[in-house]
Amino acid sequence: MSEAARPVVTTRPDDGGLAARIEGSAIGDTVYRAATTAFAVCIPLLLVFIAFEIVAAAWPALRAFGLGFLASSDWDPPKQVFGAASAIYGTVVSSFLALLIATPLALGVAVFLSEFAPAWLRTPVAFLVDLLAAIPSVVYGLWGIFVLQPILRERVMPFISSIPLIGSSALFEGPAYGPSMFSAGLILAIMVLPYISAVSREVLLAVPRTQREAALALGATKWEMIRDAVVPFARSGILGGIILGLGRALGETMAVTMLIGNVHKISASLFAPGYTMASLIANEFSEATGDIHLAALMAVGAVLFSVTLIVNALARWLVWRVAREARS
Amino acid sequence: MTGSDVTRVARPSGVQRAAAERTRRTIRRRRGVNVVMIGVTYAAALVATLPLVFILAHLIAKGASSIDLNFFTQMPKPIGEVGGGMLNGIIGTLILIAIATGFGLPIGIGAGLYLAENRGTTLATAVRFLSDVLNGLPSIVMGIFAWQFLVRPMGHFSALAGGIALGAMMIPLVTRATEEMIRTVPTSLREAALALGYPRWRTSLVVVLRTALPGIITAALVAVARIAGETAPLLFTALGNAFWSISLNAPIAALPLQIFTYAISPYDSQHALAWAGALVLIGIVFVISLAARFATRSRFGRGGD
Repeated sequence: MSEAARPVVTTRPDDGGLAARIEGSAIGDTVYRAATTAFAVCIPLLLVFIAFEIVAAAWPALRAFGLGFLASSDWDPPKQVFGAASAIYGTVVSSFLALLIATPLALGVAVFLSEFAPAWLRTPVAFLVDLLAAIPSVVYGLWGIFVLQPILRERVMPFISSIPLIGSSALFEGPAYGPSMFSAGLILAIMVLPYISAVSREVLLAVPRTQREAALALGATKWEMIRDAVVPFARSGILGGIILGLGRALGETMAVTMLIGNVHKISASLFAPGYTMASLIANEFSEATGDIHLAALMAVGAVLFSVTLIVNALARWLVWRVAREARS
Repeated sequence: MTGSDVTRVARPSGVQRAAAERTRRTIRRRRGVNVVMIGVTYAAALVATLPLVFILAHLIAKGASSIDLNFFTQMPKPIGEVGGGMLNGIIGTLILIAIATGFGLPIGIGAGLYLAENRGTTLATAVRFLSDVLNGLPSIVMGIFAWQFLVRPMGHFSALAGGIALGAMMIPLVTRATEEMIRTVPTSLREAALALGYPRWRTSLVVVLRTALPGIITAALVAVARIAGETAPLLFTALGNAFWSISLNAPIAALPLQIFTYAISPYDSQHALAWAGALVLIGIVFVISLAARFATRSRFGRGGD
């Protein structure tokens, strides 16, 4: 397509439009490249745009309350005073409670599926656990309100309270109402389990076969092989999966809103109701009284956005590192 | 001298016997731990699948009795009146899915094509990473973003705003899945088309994309299944609507929103509708997921890399 070559082609008496078609395909390639690049660039742009819109909307509240917004637990719309500490506390506690319950289970499932499960059981169990991730959040919430919560209130919470020492500790203080940090944490555990187990299963399967064979050749039992040769190799990927689950738990909205009780209070007891950032936005956004209330809710959204952004970036980086190591 | 050697080998000393006993005990203990831990992973798998079984069982037990033809063909009745359906919610959800797909699918496929064809570039790495990050963004954040970006300037809630919020959630899912599917297309196919004189863009669109099409349809279905049940992004965008509306410029009903409203209402009749709605919603989601699963298996189940 250089300048020198072109006259030769075009002066040919009958090229059947070849030159034009070659030229056309060059234009087509340029257009195609530009179009796909533009679509690809949409993704970073969207992320930046979301961040910009939310921070801009939150700006009045961030300016008015400064860093105190994160430290104060005073959320009082009539007085126009807003601090997100109780929602941040609730988000962190409910998410960690969820991880505490879900992580051992999810790792057990992942090890089961990658190492022990007989072939006929592997696909159905993996499918069932994956389906857990497909259940909409609002359905979890519905089930939580009408099935899980009554069971917790009437059976599980009284049982925990009756255990000596543990039951009387500050962690399980107070009457067993249904809506509580405890029930929110439990439903979150069920919801993040499939994410943690899916990522863990994948990184366990990515561990090279030689790693396993070496351990078995040294006389290790299957369990010792997993503990000493497979899991250490996959450790950072598993950690990535757990952090990915954390990201899900932090931002989960509907089920938590329906179960946590939505009270602006920091209590040490897991049996007490609380609030999370996501449920706070879901609950108060449509009834926000005045601009500063709205801006404060946007600021909560900005905090949630930043935290999940960092958590997700960290998780992806960890998982990618394992994938790269396994390949090299 | 030789004799004593033989006896030493044949009859182990007390110390040696003790050592052998210790070894045996250690092996027994290690085997025991092995069996116990295998059992623990079996138990974990059982416990992890129980919630799904319980949820499905309760949905069917509490929801199935309220589902009849009226549920799909009638509007919700006012509180106190018996019967009524969720026609507006079902249609609303379908409309929202259509808007979301129209917005999210083209961008996702385009970006996926870029990622598959420019794998090593800095932009591709960045886009891949950021699309994973975008995928992890809480849906409620997407909701307030769509409110600030669309609802606030327009001055009213609308189906369009809800659809855009859901569509934005679809983009990263479709992007990554499209990329994976296009990677399963053999390079030889692309080379053959190029060797026949096809320009690159036609090779990509006509040969590669069409070969990967079943996979991409699967990806789209998975993404639709994921957003069909989303509630949080719709709270401040589509808002929900107790009446019949299919206008894109007005608040619209959606199945997940109605389930939420009914679930937190104090009336038993509405709780029953919430269970029925949840059963229908999960039915929709599962059917789409299953369709996606079987579509992939038939085509890409074997082979691939």
